[in-house]
Amino acid sequence: MEIDRPIDRVFDYVEHIPGGAILTTTVDKVLEWGRESSLWYFAFGLACCAIEMLMAAGAARFDLDRFGMMFRATPRQSDLMIVAGTVTKKMAPRVKRLYEQMSEPKYVIATGSCANAGGPFADSYAVLKGVDLIIPVDVYVPGCPPRPEALIFAVQKLKEKMREQVREKHAPPHS
Amino acid sequence: MSESIEKAIRDGFPDAVLETSEIDGVLNVKLDPNALVGVCELLRTKPELAFDYLADITAIDWLDRIEVVYRMTNLATNAKIVLRVDLDRERPEVDSIVSVWKGAEWQEREVYDLMGVAFRNHPDLRRILLPEDWEGYPLRKDYVIPD
Amino acid sequence: MSSRIKTDLVEINMGPQHPSTHGVLRLEVTLDGEVVVDAKPDVGYLHRGIEKLAEMRTYIQFIPVTDRLDYLSSMLQNAAYVGAIEKLGGIEVPERAEYIRVIMMELQRIASHLIFYGAMGLDLGATTPFLYGMREREDILDLFEMTCGARLTYNYFRPGGVSRDLPDGFIKKAKAYIKKQRERLPEYDDLLTGNQIFIARTRGIGVISAEEAVNYSMSGPTLRGSGVAYDVRKADPYSVYDKLDWNVATRPEGDTLARYLVRMQEIRESLNIVEQALDLLPPGKLECKTPQRLRLPEGEVYHHIESSRGDLGVYLVSDGSDRPYRLKWRSPSFINLGALGRMARGWKVADLVAILGSFDIVLGEVDR
Repeated sequence: MEIDRPIDRVFDYVEHIPGGAILTTTVDKVLEWGRESSLWYFAFGLACCAIEMLMAAGAARFDLDRFGMMFRATPRQSDLMIVAGTVTKKMAPRVKRLYEQMSEPKYVIATGSCANAGGPFADSYAVLKGVDLIIPVDVYVPGCPPRPEALIFAVQKLKEKMREQVREKHAPPHS
Repeated sequence: MSESIEKAIRDGFPDAVLETSEIDGVLNVKLDPNALVGVCELLRTKPELAFDYLADITAIDWLDRIEVVYRMTNLATNAKIVLRVDLDRERPEVDSIVSVWKGAEWQEREVYDLMGVAFRNHPDLRRILLPEDWEGYPLRKDYVIPD
Repeated sequence: MSSRIKTDLVEINMGPQHPSTHGVLRLEVTLDGEVVVDAKPDVGYLHRGIEKLAEMRTYIQFIPVTDRLDYLSSMLQNAAYVGAIEKLGGIEVPERAEYIRVIMMELQRIASHLIFYGAMGLDLGATTPFLYGMREREDILDLFEMTCGARLTYNYFRPGGVSRDLPDGFIKKAKAYIKKQRERLPEYDDLLTGNQIFIARTRGIGVISAEEAVNYSMSGPTLRGSGVAYDVRKADPYSVYDKLDWNVATRPEGDTLARYLVRMQEIRESLNIVEQALDLLPPGKLECKTPQRLRLPEGEVYHHIESSRGDLGVYLVSDGSDRPYRLKWRSPSFINLGALGRMARGWKVADLVAILGSFDIVLGEVDR
């Protein structure tokens, strides 16, 4: 059977036997491909960024669903936490607990100035200066609020990071 | 209109009115704090006054005193009135008006939370916006932001 | 012989992270079986201390912060704050700017109600209306973006007018949008308003009488759903609302369905207002007299407008400097939410979600 479109255009980490329909790969790489293509996000919408990042990005024009991303209301079923909005000192312990409730592997995207570093409210008495003070963040999206396209770009960056992690795992030592 | 409201208050509570003024066409009455609940009852229940809508309760820290400002409207006639009470800054306390307007419950809690004004006879006086274990009253002018 | 089984009250916790609480709201719900005995809202999870921030910023510096309070009605928040400054400072606004303001405010009201429409559907389990509402809202955001460059937090109003004039092509695009929205509104009714399940879940649920609603200081569509025709645009007219021909939407029933229908009617009224304002827009260039250095005279002012959520008031106390001495944000969502315990009592948990949805609260405004 002839393959009319080369597969390695999409997956740079899948080997294929020339002219044939057989792919060889590793379990890690396939798992990673599955993970990145269906990032179920735990929408942690706190403030204004929630409207742009979660509602607008998930809805009519910018459709996150086409990337396989689905909104889950519970941390137990999600692998990506999108922190969208200001993290206040009252909310911070809950953010940490919800992050801990997610199962591995888990990723965090901090969207907007408030989640990145406190934002326009950084000098307030009640605001945490960035969510990375309590949980590890993988991708930061600047903006106030960032455009939905910026979130989509951030998701692509995250996927690159995930691929990079797999590549590092399989890289020969001393390369 | 303002004169008849002022007259009604003075008739009911002769010693309660400390000062009156008019700001943007609205009567502002500075009251003795002890007469507050009585005057509010009067404003709400007297048919000619009928101030049924409590628009706002705020507090201002004037450094030598804390002033609590109450804003009421009569929805049918759009008449408005503002009541003001001055409280001692060391121990600001005043009676709660939840018995007159239920909408005061949360507004008084907010004033307690951010300014430290204690409302006597409030059904549930505890912090509403800040965490329960927060110390201090942020909207006061001498509040120091903790690290 | 007693055949009753001894039951206990159960306390469950909804939030602060919950898909149906419209933000970071925590409800301590006490249940007797499925029936709500008490629902106590615990707020403050988004308290950013903006009233203290206002004392640390100049008047103009604070305008972008007002956008972020009720982030679904940023233009209206701008309008309330800037209106208070103008009232205290005696700053005049040219007529063209007033009409532009009305256009922006009403478009913003429609956008906010479209999200309400979508979110109400989502809360009750209908996921399709959300996409329809957001689709039209994107058109409104396009209009905002071409005017001031932002989709959500505009920072558009200034004391004395607006930051820039309407761009070329705005009027044509706005009229095209109005036409499209009017054609699409019957679709919305098909999806949700006429839906038997929706009606069964909202009719007769969470009823509050007019007197009680007023006693709880409720305002906005939540109050107008109980038959009280209090709309600040008619009661204390500001801008050019008194020059335009429109009606206040009210319904007498006082239940969740009534509050929903009031907002749907308000979308139609707002479309009328925008259309009239576009036609009556004074021609010519926009000349705003925004002062460069803004110092307000000593004194105080209370300015309130009709936001998409209710009676939004700004109480500004000035000590003569370039920043406020005290700024109080009278937010309608905060005060409306105080009545939730009373309104949810006696209904089931599923009704609690519907009642909360009909309040249409925004936590940024509740917590400030």
